Amino acid sequence: MWIYEKKLQYPVNIKCKDVRFAKYLITQFGGPDGELGAAMRYLSQRYTMPTGKSKALLTDIGTEELAHVEMISTMVYMLLKDTTARELEEAGLGSQYTQHGRAIYPQDANGIPWTAAYIQSTADPITDLHEDLAAEQKARTTYEHLLNLTDDPGLKDALRFLREREVVHYQRFGEALMDVYEHQNSKKYF
Amino acid sequence: MEKMCKNDLMRKIQEYEFTALELNLYLDTHPDNVEALMEYNRCANELAQLKTMYEMKHGPLLNFGFSPSQYPWKWVDEPWPWELQE
Repeated sequence: MWIYEKKLQYPVNIKCKDVRFAKYLITQFGGPDGELGAAMRYLSQRYTMPTGKSKALLTDIGTEELAHVEMISTMVYMLLKDTTARELEEAGLGSQYTQHGRAIYPQDANGIPWTAAYIQSTADPITDLHEDLAAEQKARTTYEHLLNLTDDPGLKDALRFLREREVVHYQRFGEALMDVYEHQNSKKYF
Repeated sequence: MEKMCKNDLMRKIQEYEFTALELNLYLDTHPDNVEALMEYNRCANELAQLKTMYEMKHGPLLNFGFSPSQYPWKWVDEPWPWELQE
């Protein structure tokens, strides 16, 4: 069961439209290292986790990622608001406008649609948690690349918050991995 | 507290909810940490009060029966979170 809360996890302040940056930022919604993939990855993997701790952590981080999906979507929505078709075309989003207008669509910075092929779920908790650790680092790197591409203080603030969340999740996944190793080792003794 | 405007109150809720979320994730991998647990419960209490205050003035934060609504059904009221501008 999930409940929607009518608020953002962290405030997003965007003062002016920026088609160029919206085109880059959308990858953190529907790109290979984006928040949608993160949510689907953790929420799919949790069923075959061996311990209460790891099941709880994947449920909770998977849920937080959905809040990040909303933040990214909100940012892109605001960046594209009040833009003209011509402005979109000039920033390389003519094809995008043709197919989606100014809608939020899960895709990467090149317009490639989101695919479940971005994630893995193997029923091997050691394998899955290693994927999760790598995923958090890849998302952190992407946020750092995005931070290098804008000077807008409002955008930077939200991006720094999201970057920091990747670092915290990485830490917690590392602890969950140790817990799963311990659990597996404890089963060897009678 | 009573005089807090909508944005200030929302910001406070976001702050407490963030603290609660951080403690929640920490407790997932450290369930025996008493200090973190006490802080989590303190935060949950504070959050419940702030949300009740917010919902009385500005409408429901949660759907599916987790928040009451005045007449007429307030859930449909705009703006939605992606439309807010501080």
